[in-house]
Parts: sequence; C-alpha cells; structure tokens
Amino acid sequence: MSRVDRSKLPVPGPPRPFAFPRITRVTLANGLNLRVISHGSVPVAAAVLLLPGGSSADAPSQSGLASLAADLLDEGSRGQSALEISDRIARMGGDLDLEVSHDATVVSLAMLDRFIDDGLSLVHEICTSPNLAESDFARIRQLRLERLRQLRDHPGALADRAFAQLLYQSHPYAQPNHGTGASLGSLTVEDVRRYHSAMFQPAGATLVVAANQPPDVLVAKASAVFGSWQSDGAAPAIARDRGQLDPPREPSARLAIVPRPGAAQSELRLGHVATSRRTPDYHALVLLNTVLGGQFVSRLNMNLREDKGYTYGVRTGFDLRRGDGPFVLQTSVGTEVTVPALGEALDELRAIRNGRPVTADELALAKSSVALGYPRGFETVQQIARSVAQLALHDLPDSYFEEFIPRLEAVTLDEVASAAHRYLQPDRMVTVIVGDPERVSQTVGMLGLGELQTVSPPI
Amino acid sequence: MQIPYTKTTLANGLDVIVHEDHQLPMVAVNLWYHVGSKNERPGRTGFAHLFEHLMFEGSAHHDSGYFEPLQRAGGLINGSTNTDRTNYWEVVPTGAIDLALWMESDRMGHLLPALTDEKFSNQRDVVLNERRQNYENRPYGLAGVALAAALFPPEHPYHWITIGDPEDLRAASLADVKTFFETYYHPGNASLTLAGDIETGRALELADRYFGDIPRGPQPPPVTTAAPAIASQSLLLEDRVELPRLYLSWHSPAMFAADDAELDLAADVLAHGKTSRLYRQLVYERRLATDVSSYQHSRELSGLFQVACTAAAGVSLPTLEQAVTEAIQGLGDAGPTAVELARAEAQTEAQFVYRLQTVGGFGGKSDQLNAYNVFKSNPGFFDADLERYQSVTGAGMAAAVRRWLVGQPRVALSLVPRGRRDLALADATEVQVS
Repeated sequence: MSRVDRSKLPVPGPPRPFAFPRITRVTLANGLNLRVISHGSVPVAAAVLLLPGGSSADAPSQSGLASLAADLLDEGSRGQSALEISDRIARMGGDLDLEVSHDATVVSLAMLDRFIDDGLSLVHEICTSPNLAESDFARIRQLRLERLRQLRDHPGALADRAFAQLLYQSHPYAQPNHGTGASLGSLTVEDVRRYHSAMFQPAGATLVVAANQPPDVLVAKASAVFGSWQSDGAAPAIARDRGQLDPPREPSARLAIVPRPGAAQSELRLGHVATSRRTPDYHALVLLNTVLGGQFVSRLNMNLREDKGYTYGVRTGFDLRRGDGPFVLQTSVGTEVTVPALGEALDELRAIRNGRPVTADELALAKSSVALGYPRGFETVQQIARSVAQLALHDLPDSYFEEFIPRLEAVTLDEVASAAHRYLQPDRMVTVIVGDPERVSQTVGMLGLGELQTVSPPI
Repeated sequence: MQIPYTKTTLANGLDVIVHEDHQLPMVAVNLWYHVGSKNERPGRTGFAHLFEHLMFEGSAHHDSGYFEPLQRAGGLINGSTNTDRTNYWEVVPTGAIDLALWMESDRMGHLLPALTDEKFSNQRDVVLNERRQNYENRPYGLAGVALAAALFPPEHPYHWITIGDPEDLRAASLADVKTFFETYYHPGNASLTLAGDIETGRALELADRYFGDIPRGPQPPPVTTAAPAIASQSLLLEDRVELPRLYLSWHSPAMFAADDAELDLAADVLAHGKTSRLYRQLVYERRLATDVSSYQHSRELSGLFQVACTAAAGVSLPTLEQAVTEAIQGLGDAGPTAVELARAEAQTEAQFVYRLQTVGGFGGKSDQLNAYNVFKSNPGFFDADLERYQSVTGAGMAAAVRRWLVGQPRVALSLVPRGRRDLALADATEVQVS
C-alpha cells in the first residue's frame, strides 16, 4: 500500500518569508554613487561599476567605440601590461567582465573575499588610468575585426543585427555594440583616449559592492579606493542618453531574409519597437510576456515546440532600456517548416491581443511562477551586485525588490489585456529570416507580410 | 572547505543525500541516473538524451507536461544528458518540496503507462531541431562529432556524441523506450540529493515516503572499455566558417584517475587567460591566432585532452600546429614555472569556492554531491577533490604531459572554410560528418 496519494498533485504550502538584501547608499564627494550590500556566507566578493552611456552614445560613424574602449581597460593600466593585469586577476581568483550594453558600460569583478582590497584597487586603476597604448589598441582592434568576420557565419548574430537595423534605422539603438568593420577601421587610439576621458567620470557613475562583510566596512574600503577619483572638468561632454531619441515609427521592411544557402534551420526574429523601462505598465508586461513566450509553458513554446516539434525552443521578451527597446520573438526552426512556424508565431501574437486574450488561469500561473521564483535571483553576491547596478541604471528605488511581488500581484486581467493591445503591434512588426532562400522564398508569400526583401546586415 | 551532508540508502537501493543551506527559502532537488550515451549501442545512438526529453512529458498519475505544475509553484526545472550520466533537477520554494518529490518519484516509478507514439515522435522532432541548432547550423559545430569518431573505434561508447546520429534518432522506437527505462531508470541506479532550506530529518523522511516503494530494478550491465590504442590521424573538414581552426586531441586519464588533475592544470598553463603560454605567444605576441583554448575533459571510461586554436586571417594551420606542439614539448621538458603553478592553483581554489555559492541547478552544490556520490561513491569527496589539485607539483605536471601528450598518438582536425583546403595541415584527409 503506497504511502503517497497519487490521485492528485500535492498543493504547495505558502511561501516562507524572505528578506531582500538591504542596500546602504553613500554618495562620495566626487559624485560617485556607492551602494553596498552585506550578503552571503561564501567567501566571495563582487564589485560592479556602472557608467551610464553605452553603445548608443557612439557617434554613428564610430559605432563600436564604447565597446572597444571597454575592452582596452584590462589591457594595461598605470604602466602595468595586460599580462601583469591578467596575472593579478588570476591570483585573486578573480573573474573580470567588461560589458557594454546599449545604455551603459559595466565593469564587474568577482574575487575571493580576502582579496577585496586589491580587487577594488584593480577596478579603480583599470577604469581611471588605463594605458590605452597604441600597440594594444591595434592588437585589440584586429582581434575585434576578426571576431566580426566570424559573426558572418553565426545565424543568431546575423539575425540580431538585421533586426536592429530594420527596426531602428538611423536611431542609436540600430548601432551594433561591437561596431562594423568600417567603423572599427576608422577609429584611432586618440578616439579611444578622448572617449575614455569623457566617459569615465565619477559623477553619475555607480559602484556596487557585495560581500559577506558589514556595510560600514565595505563603505570604508570602497571610499578609500574610489574617493580620490576626480572628475575632469576639461573633459569633453558625452551624449549619454541618445537612446532616448524618438525611434522610427515603422520598420524599413516588413519581411526580410539574410541568405544562408543550404542552412539546416531558419533563424527567426519577429518584433517591433516597444517601450522603455520607465513604462508604468512594466509589471503587466512582465506577466504578458511570461504567458506569451517568457517561460517553457508559454503559449508559443507549447505550440511551436511541444505541439508541432518545429523548434528546440522559442522565446519572447520586451528588451526594456532607458530609451524605447524592442519586443522580440526569437527561435530557430527546421528549414522545411519555416513558413508554417512563422504562421503559428504570427497567429499567437495576434491572438493574445485580439481573439484569445490572457485568461485568468494563465495570469495566475504567470504571477505565481514569477513571484514565487523571485528570491532565486538573490543567491550569490554577483547576482545581487548586478541587480543593484540595474536599479541605478534605471533610476529605480532601493525598495524596488521588496515592492516587486506586491506590484506584480496587483496587476489585473484588464491591465494585461490593455498592455497586449498597446505594446504588441503585429501591423508594425518586422520578420527576419536567416536561412536558405531557395527553400523559403517560394512559400513565404502566403503569410501576407508583403514582399520578401533580401538584406545584408552591417558587419 | 566542504559541503556538509547526510547520506542514507533506502531499502530499494536509492541513495539519498541531504545538505542544509537556509539562506534562501528554496530547496534544490537533484536526481542522477547513472546512464548516458555510453550505455547506448551503435545504430541506436542519441537514445539516452531523447529519453531525457520524454521524462518531461508526463507520467502515469500526472499525464501531461512536467513544467506546468512546477513553474506554477515558482520552480525552475531542467535536465541534461552526457556520455556518463543523466541528471534532472528542480529548484522550488520550500513549500513546494512535496510537489517536486511527488513528480520526480512518479516519473521514476510510473513513466511507461503515459508514453505514447505521439509524445515520442514530437520529442524526436524537437531533438532533431536541437541537433540542427547546436551542431549542424553552428560554425565549427560538427568538429566534436568528427573528433569523437576518430578517437574511438565504432564499438567504443565514446565513438558517438550524446545527441546521437540523426538516422539513429529516426530509427528509434517506442519499444526501445521500455527496455531502456526498465534497465536504467530505477532506485538502484539513481542518486537523489536535496539541498537548501529543509531540515535533514524531514528531507530523509520525504525521500523515503515518495521513493521508498519503487521497486529496485536489475543491476545495469557495467560498461568497461579500456581506452583503445589509436594511431595518429590528420583529418580535414570544410565548414561554413571564415577562419580556420585547428583541433588537436589525445586520449587522456579518466575522471579522478592518476594524472587527471595534472593535465587539468596543464591545460590552464597552456591556454587559460592572457598569461597562458599559447595565448601569450599566438594571440598576444605573434598574432597568429584569434583565440586558443585547452581542456582536460575527464570522463568515466577515459579522458580526452584537447587544444583548439583559431587562425588569424591569412595564417595557415601548420604554423599553429608547430607552435602548439612546441609548447607542449616545452611543458613536458621543463614543467611549469613556479609563477604559473601558483596562478593555476589560485584559480583552482577560487573555482572550488565559487562552486559553493548555489544550491541547485547545473553545477550547484546538489549536483556536485550527486556527482561525487555517483562517480566516487562518496558525496564528501569535495575536499579530497580540491586536495588532488593542491598536491600537483611542477615535476608531476611535466611527467603527465610527457606520459600522455608528448609524442603520443593524437588526432588533428583541420576545420577550414569551404574551398580553403590549402590552409589545412599537409597530411589531412577529408572526413564526412553530418
């Protein structure tokens, strides 16, 4: 006789209370925002320095400059060579990440806790006094050019670039973070030096430090290292918020193919410009997306993968930025099912907006899935430091984490329906296919998306 | 450093391991079955992984998808298959632990009644797309297929890669599922770890309640195949890539065997970070390569040591081959410098510490406890594992490099852009892979 009632699934108990990390805020005299969090029991520390202004701050002819400048930070500083910096990071058990998004440059270092002083010094040194030597510039630019060449064979990269170009055209969000061969080729080390002196200023930047040490100790350590960082009054100004310019209303093509003859799959992107992170409908959009394509049991994945077997997976997202970011659906599907897969995807996008709106049960599932899983994002110091840096990027309050679940729970069915209506716009959508033109172009006309244009994304 | 745990074995043979960590209100459930693609046979490759997919499609008492109830409960859920083992995991809020265990135990004890041809053919299509996405349509994606086939003879279970051959996947049948399940998916061939916000006593009680009445299955036949001798080979593969890449692969020690840790650190000295010998020489100084990587891939039956190096534009692969061969020769002759060894040790220590940060998911504490239990019969092997690395000496590393790499038979693969065979090693012969 079994001890388990298998006639029904056990009903989960109520969530246990969870204390979100407490953020201690200090603004240093030089204008640097310092936020520290005492967390964890594992001897690992994390530091994240966020500088607003990412690739969208690049002048159109200089796309890739922000990213190249970031890449040069750990190629030597204060007279130390790239190899010496690399050795120093290795010896602290460090993991350095230099990342440039559309809106920000983010320098992240994780390290063994006992090396936190040296880790903070290292972040300070590489950001405030990188060598930016001519020879390192030439070497890194050459590596970048070769990476760009390799992207030409990467279906996902081709799709992303074509999609951004068709959507954003001359808007800064069209600019690929890593630039193009032409833009990189025109840059000089002087451009990087100028950019660095303009960009790397303490005022307006945010440093987040998370470790298993008391907040006052972390504040003292960070202040001791970063307090001496002085703004350069003579530095050229930089347009950090070009991403907030108005994006184009319409895409420059509705249906485009990047030819990849003989490809086993078609890589797909569907979407349009949506809205910014400041939208008052943020929580409704999180829930809408969860139902549509944000998790395994979303409508799209259950249809295209679990019912039809067209793909290994499909997902959607609202990529919300300081300016208006895109809504995007992405997947790769077998070449022979490209058109039916696109048909199903388009049907789902239209239906959730008009015809089959989100149901009460779907909304309940989305809410519980997101809310009950929320504490999972607060396990490691690296996760926490990054999340707190995102609060700074988007001007969100320290109470944001605590308020997230109640605000999510408060979203009504009507609000989700109206968000779907407002933020999903099938009529403005662009569809990008990276795939075999011969086997796709014959039948793609039946989707009614207009003429198929062959495009070649800027690389 | 360690991961504290309690272990017990249920009457039906299921190992149960519990680790408490109350930082988050979450529990990680992690279940290993000691079966992977090494348990397949030629003509039926890819089956262990295809089967893993079916485990998410429903069981007798919950005959619909496994994601829905667990995602509704705020859980994260996944699984993976490699040559040696298959794992399944959930990270759930503490209050959903019963749900997760109910479901894991239902698919261990009662999977077959829920399996249909329809589910089977759907997931076969999904897996064929997974293969296209991750191998066929990805630059350099078929290199691993060619290397595995060359390093191991057709009857050796590492001859094929885990995702399998498309023809074999199409030939798989529902009847195969039944035999496979009965042979490998039972308590005597599994290890369950619960880690996180749960008291040990309660965890053990719940494990027994949900899994205790599942009958022990037959002892699976052991797979014992010594690494076969190989002759050196030089292969050529054309692919849709812009830059050619050279792969050099050797047989190497199995997981945890003598010289495994030495070669792992040797790979770091050769190609991990800017200060590594090959990066420094080929990428940083001479600019002959755009990237270089090296690893000791230790597995249950035998290991694989690999160096891969992508040529800069205009550079042919023989130049890289010579540099790699010389670097390995140099490491075998004189060993690492004290600085190199200290750096590799520091990074290793850090990697072990980082591994203590998460309770669930791939590589989390629950996954590690199961790995050590399944492969070493000792969940507490964390300490001893770190000790393996900390006791590596320069002389020991040099000796391992000489024993396994210097002058030893190896497979070279020149993966070149279509129409650019001139960039390959001179003696390379073309292979067919799909």
